[in-house]
Amino acid sequence: MEPILELKNINYAYHNLEGETKALTDISFSVFPGEFVAIVGPSGCGKSTLLSIICGLIGPEKGLIKLNGKYLRDSTTNIGYMLQHDHLFEWRTVYHNVLLGLEIQHMLSARAKGHAHELLDLYGLKQFEHAKPSELSGGMRQRAALIRTLVLDPDILLLDEPFSALDYQTRLSVCNDIGKILRDAHKTAILVTHDLSEAVSLADRVIILSPRPASIAKEVAVSFELEEDTPMCRRNAPEFKHYFNLIWKELDTHA
Amino acid sequence: MPEIYNGLQKTPGLPRNREGLPELSAGQQNYLHSRKKHRRIVRASRAAILLAFLFLWEFTANTGIIDSFIFSSPSRIFLCFWEMVKDKSIFLHLWSTLYETIASFLLTTAVSILAAVLLWCSSKLSEILDPYLVVLNSLPKSALAPLLIVWLGATQTTIIVAGMSVAIFGSILNLYTSFVGVDPEKIKLIYTLRGNQWHALTKVVLPSSIPAIISNMKVNIGLCLVGVVIGEFLAARSGLGYLIIYSSQVFKMDWLLMSIVLLCIMAMFLYALINILEHIYMKRLS
Repeated sequence: MEPILELKNINYAYHNLEGETKALTDISFSVFPGEFVAIVGPSGCGKSTLLSIICGLIGPEKGLIKLNGKYLRDSTTNIGYMLQHDHLFEWRTVYHNVLLGLEIQHMLSARAKGHAHELLDLYGLKQFEHAKPSELSGGMRQRAALIRTLVLDPDILLLDEPFSALDYQTRLSVCNDIGKILRDAHKTAILVTHDLSEAVSLADRVIILSPRPASIAKEVAVSFELEEDTPMCRRNAPEFKHYFNLIWKELDTHA
Repeated sequence: MPEIYNGLQKTPGLPRNREGLPELSAGQQNYLHSRKKHRRIVRASRAAILLAFLFLWEFTANTGIIDSFIFSSPSRIFLCFWEMVKDKSIFLHLWSTLYETIASFLLTTAVSILAAVLLWCSSKLSEILDPYLVVLNSLPKSALAPLLIVWLGATQTTIIVAGMSVAIFGSILNLYTSFVGVDPEKIKLIYTLRGNQWHALTKVVLPSSIPAIISNMKVNIGLCLVGVVIGEFLAARSGLGYLIIYSSQVFKMDWLLMSIVLLCIMAMFLYALINILEHIYMKRLS
């Protein structure tokens, strides 16, 4: 199978007048269609920078990125990006927030609007379509932000610690919801997180980064023998502890 | 936003009275009562101060404690106003000042939003122009008025430009500060949705800066009035500023004080207009 995303020897450094800070060194990995990859690492190691590079928001200093076999700038592959905070705009209703990406990409067709309604209905926000974001709970806001990304029908979804701004209880349930949503839709996803249990409960593969300048310390394939493979069920499975410890030890030896 | 009645949220579970509103507890009623009382006291005190001031002024002027030739009196001011209403000359002056103020206010607002957008678009440009804007902003604008007369002549244009000159530089700096203060993560969101700088401007920066634009307008309307009156002092043949200068030269204190009172009322009226605008915006938002 051809990888949907290929990274080769990505290097990146931040510059300021005091000098340069190396953030990423020689990062190479591939992601296959339908795969859910989690990237974990100590805080400040450059995980978010990596997502910004994949998304094309910033260019790497060295290295290649290929999407479906094409270089990033020629690629027509649709990348969805979900940020840490929902950033729903208070001056728009939930429905119009969801349409933001479509407006920007000039894709506001009747079909796209119908799709937005469907998604809002599917993820339990139908009755809040015309509400202001401030009327929604933290979990509902994050779901609305996910719909804003999904309505563009991305081929790859980048998730930048999307649950870290939520309180613990909401976090578990939103993580569960979103995990199920993405599995059911067979989306390819890359999740950046510093929460190991989140990574193990969601991902097919966990990539562990070393402290700055980050390089890949280890890759761990995660598989559970479960009838219903949801994040919640994973957390209760016996293998969960094994994977958790494995990744934790790997991070610990580098810290 | 949930609907609010008498400070109490309209919650479905509460018992209702005949009007369908929730029944208020004794504590809530007490609270509302004390708030109402407080508001009444504030309003009554404000009115009392005004009335006491007017009465004292009138009384001391009539009994000769103060010289009514120099200090005038409320009744003389009103009579003077009435005379000018009857011969319709006051409307010309009111209209001149109002027109010039509104024109310079609208131009200031439009130009400063445009300039702030340009500065926001190019951080290089804003860095280059920063010292010039700061100097122009702190320059006493009344110093420019004589220059404007030489350049533009003693016309209404001069007065409108004088009004603009007082407000515009501060306005640009304020708006620019609020534009660059927009959460960079929100702008990043636009770029992750494949948007460009134009989208960042129209979808994030401008909508989220509307409260700042409105409060900036509140400052501008007052400053434009100041600039227009300065301009009228020097270059006008009508308007309240002209009336003030003329009456001080011919020593008609009734006219002078009347013009000042009218300026107060005009300032209040213009400020109220912007408040209404703000109100409409807030209502649309909720």
